[in-house]
Amino acid sequence: MNKILLANTDKPGQKSIQTYRERNGYKVLEKALGMQPATLVEEVKTSGLRGRGGAGFPTGMKWSFVPRNSGKPTYLLCNADESEPGTFKDRLLLERDPHLLIEGMAIASLALECHLSYIYMRGEFGFLEEVIETALDEAYKAGILGPSVMGRDFALDIHLHMGAGAYICGEETSLIESLEGYRGYPRIKPPFPATSGFLASPTVVNNVETLCAVPWIIEHGGAAYAAIGTEKSKGTKLFSVSGHVAKPGVYEVDMGYPLMDFINNEAGGIKDGRKLKAVIPGGSSVPVLTAAECEGVLLDYESLMKAGSMLGSGGMIVFDETVSMPAALSVIADFYAHESCGQCTPCREGTGWAAKLLRRMVAGEGKRSDIDLLLKVVDNMEGKTICPLADADVMPIRSFLTKFRHEFEACCN
Amino acid sequence: MIQFSEEAQRSYERILSHYPEKRAALVPVLALAQREFGWISQEVAEYVGGLMGYPPADVLSVATFYTLLRKKPVGKYHLELCRNVSCWLMGTYPCADVIKEKLGVDRSQITPDGKFSWDFTECLASCDTAPVMQVGDRYFENLSPERVRETIEKLANE
Repeated sequence: MNKILLANTDKPGQKSIQTYRERNGYKVLEKALGMQPATLVEEVKTSGLRGRGGAGFPTGMKWSFVPRNSGKPTYLLCNADESEPGTFKDRLLLERDPHLLIEGMAIASLALECHLSYIYMRGEFGFLEEVIETALDEAYKAGILGPSVMGRDFALDIHLHMGAGAYICGEETSLIESLEGYRGYPRIKPPFPATSGFLASPTVVNNVETLCAVPWIIEHGGAAYAAIGTEKSKGTKLFSVSGHVAKPGVYEVDMGYPLMDFINNEAGGIKDGRKLKAVIPGGSSVPVLTAAECEGVLLDYESLMKAGSMLGSGGMIVFDETVSMPAALSVIADFYAHESCGQCTPCREGTGWAAKLLRRMVAGEGKRSDIDLLLKVVDNMEGKTICPLADADVMPIRSFLTKFRHEFEACCN
Repeated sequence: MIQFSEEAQRSYERILSHYPEKRAALVPVLALAQREFGWISQEVAEYVGGLMGYPPADVLSVATFYTLLRKKPVGKYHLELCRNVSCWLMGTYPCADVIKEKLGVDRSQITPDGKFSWDFTECLASCDTAPVMQVGDRYFENLSPERVRETIEKLANE
């Protein structure tokens, strides 16, 4: 198994710039400084790297959408707003290898000809503020950031921007709106951020994990990265696994690694010798898989899609046989109801209705007809809103109700 | 009349220097104001609005969007217990019962000595160490009712 992202996260002192450089840190940036922006974009395109925040959009293509002669500055925003329930992989990178992120951002900035960049980190990560600020300070003092990156004719500033508690700000247009100092309401696309994002200028929003893969790609070449994984899912992916497994944590595997091997080997199998009931493979917003459906599934975009779920953020939540699915779904639905920004009626009302219906069912006060009512509610939410938050509620609700309908019926009158 | 301390004023200017447009600094400035004054009251909204040139209603419309910007006072130690899926699976609610019993107040209420308050929160991105609670900038992980009890006793003596 390849270690691209977690190669150094367990090594002592990795947080400090001195140790980072002793382990060849910032060497790739030096190499990138001698390359043309277009070549850097091409390498990332060749690598097949796709956005690791959840949407899986090809990173090189995203970069290539940025107009070069708009007459406006280009901004790179690192999305460190990791909030999707079950997801804690970016936290590990931010905590243990902050300079890897800074190097990735610096290389991406070269590729995008960007001179001002922000790390938008969720406010709950206050305990990481010092880690990131220290790493940025070190990078400025070492001349990696500032008016002349590594002594070259290229200026780059990176600042840390702390969010203040809103799941929706992980959605890229909401993140931009929030960074501009407003309520984090997602924007209608088009225009896409690539042409009109932060301060109406060309903007690229990339996830922490995505940016951390960039140094390796530039060091070894896009083709070397593309040689790892499957035909359409390239490279390695971090999975953060939690719930009823013996060894919850963050693991890096090649794309295409079997899901059940991951659960049984990396995650140490189901806790206390109990049986597997279900898996949410990519954060709480993706459809749930039953234990039977998990057999033969590979951890990559296409295989999970074919199985009826999604890779998402790689936030895997494992349920053993003791879990009540209606109760679990009620917890999930409460989350989306709480986090709906309220801008679009189908989402604002729908997430609330769904949460209420589920609470009623779990309390034993539901009616059989509530199940179909709930399915009708989600039909009226899906695809009818500006951003995908409503869909993120629809997918678990529909999949839980369809696959575990008997459990919902059992708790209704 | 409230006012930033000299140190907060320096932080304020540093924050402003990070953005090409002043407005982008609003949320970080509100976070700074909260560290300084405890919560975002009408008075704080007026002060920040006056400082930056926005009406207080505009400032409050932003503040009310973000859960970490508090619209009412909290205790010196505000315990925020994650109730999301992974924490729920690993036993959030037995921990919540202990918090309620130890503090003797319901969620979003402050203990009479002003020392504690508590509430549920959403996923803290620490699901491998569930259940988790956040107190200020600290995470308390792998909680159990017993550990919650110990943590509250420790905080009470801090």
